[in-house]
Amino acid sequence: MNDRPVFEHRHFAHCESGVVSSLLTHHGLSLSEPMIFGLAGGLTFAYLPFIKINGMPLLSYRMFPKSIIREIQSRLGVKFQSKIYRNKEQALADLNRFVQDGQVVGLQTSVYWLPYFPPEMRFQFNAHNLIVFGKENDEFLISDPVVDHIVKIKPEDLQNARFAKGTLAPKGYLYYPVFIPPSIDLEAAIRKSIQKTVNMMTRAPVPFGLRGIFFMADRIEKMGGRKEPRYIKLFLGHIVRMQEEIGTGGGGFRFMYAAFLQEASDLLRQPILSEASSKMTEAGDLWRQFALACAKVIKSKSDQIDLNPIAGLLRQCGEAEKRVYRMLASG
Amino acid sequence: MKIKEIPQDNIKTLGGEKKALYALDESGRYTTATTTGWEVEEIVLLDALADYDRKAEEARQRVLKNRTSPIEYFMYIRRMDLTTLAQAMGLFKWQVKRHLKPEIFRKLHEPVLQQYADLFRIPIRALLHFEEGS
Repeated sequence: MNDRPVFEHRHFAHCESGVVSSLLTHHGLSLSEPMIFGLAGGLTFAYLPFIKINGMPLLSYRMFPKSIIREIQSRLGVKFQSKIYRNKEQALADLNRFVQDGQVVGLQTSVYWLPYFPPEMRFQFNAHNLIVFGKENDEFLISDPVVDHIVKIKPEDLQNARFAKGTLAPKGYLYYPVFIPPSIDLEAAIRKSIQKTVNMMTRAPVPFGLRGIFFMADRIEKMGGRKEPRYIKLFLGHIVRMQEEIGTGGGGFRFMYAAFLQEASDLLRQPILSEASSKMTEAGDLWRQFALACAKVIKSKSDQIDLNPIAGLLRQCGEAEKRVYRMLASG
Repeated sequence: MKIKEIPQDNIKTLGGEKKALYALDESGRYTTATTTGWEVEEIVLLDALADYDRKAEEARQRVLKNRTSPIEYFMYIRRMDLTTLAQAMGLFKWQVKRHLKPEIFRKLHEPVLQQYADLFRIPIRALLHFEEGS
């Protein structure tokens, strides 16, 4: 039919873990997205009220962009070649050369300038990852991990997206694996990464980890009567968007981590990890109840907002997660 | 979350696309599944977008009354705030704030205006002759 390059597009829950899983699998190291996410210690919680992005506090349910690519290298000994660019034309020339050579590459882009995203989803978010695997009729072939089919993009649109400015500006960031060790001790890597995530979540100071969750609950409670209803609604909406909408596999990455724990339980033949997985699923379900409660507040026309139940639900999420980490620490 | 609990609310904001997520199958195993969206996501997203629209419209009115510059209007149209815009321009916030004053805006040199226009991906005349466009 045509000579479209061979690349298996897969649909993932999250962009960075998806791209890394896809690229490594393409190079013969087949690891699932939850496995990549877990190994890279992708799970976290951070709430930084003093750092504002578009008027809203910085809030994250996962480690900061690029951390999966960085951590997976140190955890597994794989090596990625990466490049950033000052010169846009150089970046495009390089990309064309990679495509010609059949080198599949990952790129960091801004969602706002990707035309194939639904207009409502196009926010100024500069850390979206995707894969370029070929070119057809002057358009790049894109395997975007959060889209369920292959998409095409015009070079000028891709240039816009790669050189968007502002927070986390991609600067044309491009990467691809260049080395995969002949043998990898996956079991040891899994143990280490779980330990790291448990430490992060239980020992990190406010506003990170479990303490960050309880801190945010306190802040929400104190907002009542002090902030404009309009702001409170936008703020609750912001929390839910970070948790549900921006490629999180639902439940603020908690379901993805539960999937990782289940896979780890099989590999390590440790039933306690499977139990921890079930507990993490419960935590994810609670996060979704919390999201639902927030959405109800936003939808109601009333300016009488009772924030106590919302804060209460959030504390339940924190408590549920505490049980998971306690179990993981003992196992 | 079990597969049968996954919301399939066919939300407009996903534009007919599907999202992947992890959920439990009948035997309690995690697997990938897809969703056409959850109403909750749509509510919070539309609320956030409505806020930008509201701010853009307010800014437009103020431009026409000569109380702010068109830069503010396009800032909201592009879903930015002052911090994001300043970072993208490579300026300090107070500098961008100054550019929002109509009397300062009128004195801006073309290269600066061009930089704003490029960032907003609009022709420069949309900034210079705002009234015609609105």
